[in-house]
Amino acid sequence: MGNILEVAGVEKKYPGVVANRDVSLLVREGSIHAIIGENGAGKSTLMKTLYGLIRPDAGSIKVFGQEVNLKSPQDAIALGIGMVHQHFKLADNATVLENVILGGEPSRFGFVIKYDEARKKLLEIAKTYHLDIDPDESVANLGVGERQRVEIAKVLFRGAKILILDEPTAVLVPQEVTELFENLRDLVDKGLTVLFISHKLDEVLSIADDITIMRQGTTVATKKPAETNKKELAELMVGGELPKPIAGVQNISQKSILSFKDVSYSRFDGREILHHLNLELHGGEILGLAGVEGNGQSELIELIMGLLPATTGSVDVLGLDASTTQTKDIRNAGVAYIPQDRQRDGLLMSAPLWENRILGHQFATPMAKGIWVNKAAAAEDSSRVVEEFDVRTPGVNVLASALSGGNQQKFIVGRELSGDPKLIVAAQPTRGVDVGAQAIIWDHLMKARTAGAGVLLVSADLEELFSLSDRIAVIYSGSIVSILNPLKTTPEDLGLAMTGAKSA
Amino acid sequence: MKKDRIFWGTVAPLAAVASSLLLVSIILILRGANPLEIFQVMISYGFDPRNLVSELNQTVSYYLAGVAAAIGFKMLLFNIGIDGQYRMGAFFGAVVGAAVSLPPVLHVLLIVITAMLAGGLWAAIAGYLKVRRGVSEVISNIMLNFIAAAIIAFLLGEDLLGILPEGSQNVQTKPIPLSGQMPTFKMFNGEVYSFLFVAIFVGIAYWIMLNKTVFGFNLRATGLSFRAARSSGVNAPGMIFITTVLSGAIAGLVGLGTLLSDTHSYSMAFPSGFAFTGLSLALLGRNHPIGIFFAAFLWSFLERAAPVLEYEGVPPEIVIVMQGTIVLSIVIAYEVVARINLRQQQHAVGKANADLVKESK
Repeated sequence: MGNILEVAGVEKKYPGVVANRDVSLLVREGSIHAIIGENGAGKSTLMKTLYGLIRPDAGSIKVFGQEVNLKSPQDAIALGIGMVHQHFKLADNATVLENVILGGEPSRFGFVIKYDEARKKLLEIAKTYHLDIDPDESVANLGVGERQRVEIAKVLFRGAKILILDEPTAVLVPQEVTELFENLRDLVDKGLTVLFISHKLDEVLSIADDITIMRQGTTVATKKPAETNKKELAELMVGGELPKPIAGVQNISQKSILSFKDVSYSRFDGREILHHLNLELHGGEILGLAGVEGNGQSELIELIMGLLPATTGSVDVLGLDASTTQTKDIRNAGVAYIPQDRQRDGLLMSAPLWENRILGHQFATPMAKGIWVNKAAAAEDSSRVVEEFDVRTPGVNVLASALSGGNQQKFIVGRELSGDPKLIVAAQPTRGVDVGAQAIIWDHLMKARTAGAGVLLVSADLEELFSLSDRIAVIYSGSIVSILNPLKTTPEDLGLAMTGAKSA
Repeated sequence: MKKDRIFWGTVAPLAAVASSLLLVSIILILRGANPLEIFQVMISYGFDPRNLVSELNQTVSYYLAGVAAAIGFKMLLFNIGIDGQYRMGAFFGAVVGAAVSLPPVLHVLLIVITAMLAGGLWAAIAGYLKVRRGVSEVISNIMLNFIAAAIIAFLLGEDLLGILPEGSQNVQTKPIPLSGQMPTFKMFNGEVYSFLFVAIFVGIAYWIMLNKTVFGFNLRATGLSFRAARSSGVNAPGMIFITTVLSGAIAGLVGLGTLLSDTHSYSMAFPSGFAFTGLSLALLGRNHPIGIFFAAFLWSFLERAAPVLEYEGVPPEIVIVMQGTIVLSIVIAYEVVARINLRQQQHAVGKANADLVKESK
């Protein structure tokens, strides 16, 4: 089989942002081709270029051996290139069929939509590629995996021969990942080609036929899974040896630093989000909290931070009743908080880094001196964080918004871990950051644990949960349904527990 | 980097004023007037010492209105209620000042505090409605402006707090005795309100509060990101409320220069329109105390020089066009500057990363 897609010497310059340079890529027809790389390595830029969202400054793109000039996604679709975005672009209040035809409705006289024809075609696609979807179901009722299938069906409906999937597994639980991979295999068996972006090495090794590694805007190598391993891929991505997290001595104290006793929380509209939840965390322990998103994790965190009051039951944080204590007092008691949504909850985007260093520490020395802000201390300690956490910035006067996401995250983690916190609430601490930054962050969380801090690690990344946690608690519709020992549990068991299978 | 900031901070307002002058020139040419001549007349009239004094006194009021608006802006609050807050402050300051007799300094101090309290409490209504009921401060403040005017008109009734001096058509409050008045000082052969110093003090205090104190940090943090501030431990709704009150308290001072050094009583002749002016000045001065000062002076200057245009056959309303276009261009200019700034910083970050890559190779 020949190459369906050939990219040579593609270059894209942006002011200040790592762009694409000298990108070369050969994709064989009927293969699953994975693109891996750190954040900001240029994966997304390349995919957007292939989908016509970005026009390259130089280089050539050949589809089916023909040199093409993609001006818009319409051009790409016409050539048979379709894209499934990481964040689904579906209309919740419409049916599957309506979503699939949206924007490309088959019509009579240009305004009467031919629903019957569309339904027939969609059912045919579903049958051919074994996509389990119901055209008349409302999208609002679908889970994440099903939504993804709708997105794939939508792309196929438009006649795509090359599918680009941007981090498709980021939002899925293990069972759904397996299902997705089966679907992708089906697509490829029927002659389609799949381009697959990821930074999860295990997945890539298990599904891809070819793996292209990108680093700093350029493609550095293409490997076959049989000829490589995780370590080599990681090193190619980072461009050197990976720092290893130090396991450290297990040093769990008897003292409970966080305990939920029979806690329920109902929202303003009366909906119960947390249901008689019990949880305990000791000093020197990393407690993983696993669960499909939206099962009460965010509320649980906000309860700890004193941002929400418990409806019934008590939340004890370092001896304080979190329901009646102000957030600043909880922070001052030694609670660090790495929020899930770093840009909205963790940073002042249009303020310089040194001011962001103060954020969350403005109520105690050394960031505050009486009623005054201690700028000198903030600037000095920001420099330390930049140094220790390898934040890529020319200085601490740079606005937070000028940094890339991974570097923002490193800065937040560095800030939160300063001042020897006793309890660290870390929500998705390495989401969207590259393997290098991930290693740094893991290393520091482990060090904090060794030093006697308790860590509540809320994560959707199973590898992270298994590598760091001493225990893994599984949350499902507002309750802790099981507490697992990571050494005696498989990811599949955990996945089952996360979907509520075990509690049923 | 600091030099850059000052440079870009100055370029934007100058560009706005320049583009406004350009536009006004075009209008003047279309009317057959020579813009250079007109500007010359305005400048020589405006910088005449006698006029400078009244401009300076007007600047004091405008400046305080600008600072009041700037405090709100830092919290993303659009305090259009400055008008009502200023009225409440000046009125109750006048009433309390006339009702007591105290030693000189204390008497003035009491009037100042009363005015700030009245302005602050009036603003607190809008603050409460916003934080507790989610009412937009713009809507509530517009209402409150009308209500304040009506309440004062009612209280100024002759059987209540107002008096009608002999030979006057204007009801007013009882005059403040000498001990409650503030002196003027000689400058350019005129009488400048010593309340000028209070305004300067407010400007300095505002800057220190905002940039040096934890309170100011929390205020700015809440304005920049409500959620991030809340997560960091700031009582963000409380902060919004306090900021509203603070803005109102400063607005309460707007009329005191006139009251303490000139009229010594409040009457319906006190001017209105400080809200729009204050907001414009805060925009033009980029919420910076020095920037607001220049903006306030420019405004007073233009308004003072406007009437002279009539003699040149040009309608004085051209000054309003000028003010309007300045405000319009400043909004655009700051947006452009903000983008240039971010791009420069991203460049710097990108360059630093590129250097790092080179080193590692």
